[in-house]
Amino acid sequence: MNEYLRNVKLTALALLGFAVVAAVLLAGTFGLTRPSIEKSERDAKIKLIAQVLPAGGYDNDLVKTARSLPADPLLGLKKPGEYYPATLAGKPAAVVLEAIAPDGYAGEIKLLVGILPDGRLTGVRVTAHSETPGLGDYIDIAKNPWIRQFAGKSLDSPKPDDWRVKKDGGKFDSMAGATISPRAVVKAVKQALDYFARHQTELLVQEEIHGQ
Amino acid sequence: MASETRDIIVNGLWKQNPGLVQILGMCPTLAVSTSLVNGLSLGLATTLVMALANTATALVSRLVPPAVRIPAYILIIATLVTMVDLLMHAYLLQLYLVLGIYIPLIVVNCIVLARVEAYASKHGAFYSFLDGLMMGLGLSLVLAALGGLREIFGKGTLLSGIDLAFGPAANTYVIHVLPHYQGLLLAILPPGAFIGLGLLIAARNRIEQIRALPTRSTGLLPQQAA
Repeated sequence: MNEYLRNVKLTALALLGFAVVAAVLLAGTFGLTRPSIEKSERDAKIKLIAQVLPAGGYDNDLVKTARSLPADPLLGLKKPGEYYPATLAGKPAAVVLEAIAPDGYAGEIKLLVGILPDGRLTGVRVTAHSETPGLGDYIDIAKNPWIRQFAGKSLDSPKPDDWRVKKDGGKFDSMAGATISPRAVVKAVKQALDYFARHQTELLVQEEIHGQ
Repeated sequence: MASETRDIIVNGLWKQNPGLVQILGMCPTLAVSTSLVNGLSLGLATTLVMALANTATALVSRLVPPAVRIPAYILIIATLVTMVDLLMHAYLLQLYLVLGIYIPLIVVNCIVLARVEAYASKHGAFYSFLDGLMMGLGLSLVLAALGGLREIFGKGTLLSGIDLAFGPAANTYVIHVLPHYQGLLLAILPPGAFIGLGLLIAARNRIEQIRALPTRSTGLLPQQAA
């Protein structure tokens, strides 16, 4: 019996030892790579924000003037996010909102939605998603230009009832066999526009204050 | 010495090919082989992890108590995969953008655990490394063949997505094998993966059958099936 207990103890200790070594290795790698990863994520975000807005349509540093966006079900945000007011010569030129489509095929789809003061979309980009590679991932600009179709759309055009993929009777293209991801994106973009319509004054007024 | 090395190479690429003979690690294999670039990318990432996991296991296998060897091996594999994931994200960003989503899938690929348990725990570091490398390459070839087949029949192209690895200029590398092709959705969807894999296994078995007929030719490295 003693022998048996001794064995169990040794086994447990050995596994504990492995776990400790693994934890140290992981913590070390994490610490070592963290600054570099954060920088590349920030760069990628700046690039995406810039893609959402028309080139030359703004002259402020978007990341520096970012403001916090309260958690709101319309935007799919469970935690406060950020929005990026774009100004040209101090006047509001557009605003980029963070939004999340919670109902993707494989979890959340994170979006950046660019909106002009008159409510027209300047563009939409997916910043993070886990949709099926080769099937639902065409919502990502890196895989397919699908997401470009949002540019120029607004709540008036197409009509609110047409803010659906064509398969559901709406006006937005999707690929046969992979409609869940685009459906989630279309819905989230429409809700972001709804949010903008409701909070337009504060989103745009704040920009003016900032620009002055 | 030399024959051991040769056996490992022949086993990994043909005789015990993980995709066509051992039929291991099917979940990522079937899910990701929608195009040549996707399949080959996942294959090469898996190869890297297998070579590392086999080597690491061979080095520490004497310290692993037999009763808890499986959790210990999983711990080794998961640690390595996470480290590879972080290091690639930090220092090989371009490659990470292509492979990133597949790397966490490698932990659940049972071919990695299978080689660690069946080979690396009983052999030295060098042969274990070679075994991981060759098994990984064998799987990569199957993934590339399956991805290529599904891409040709599903989309009529070959090498689509290559621009993610080599920049937008590489878009010209994309080969339109079947011009004006409407696409066959079946090939891209999961059933296409099963049918394609079945065809590859059948082709390999046929080649083995033919080879076994006249004389028992051994030794020569056979041509790949596809």
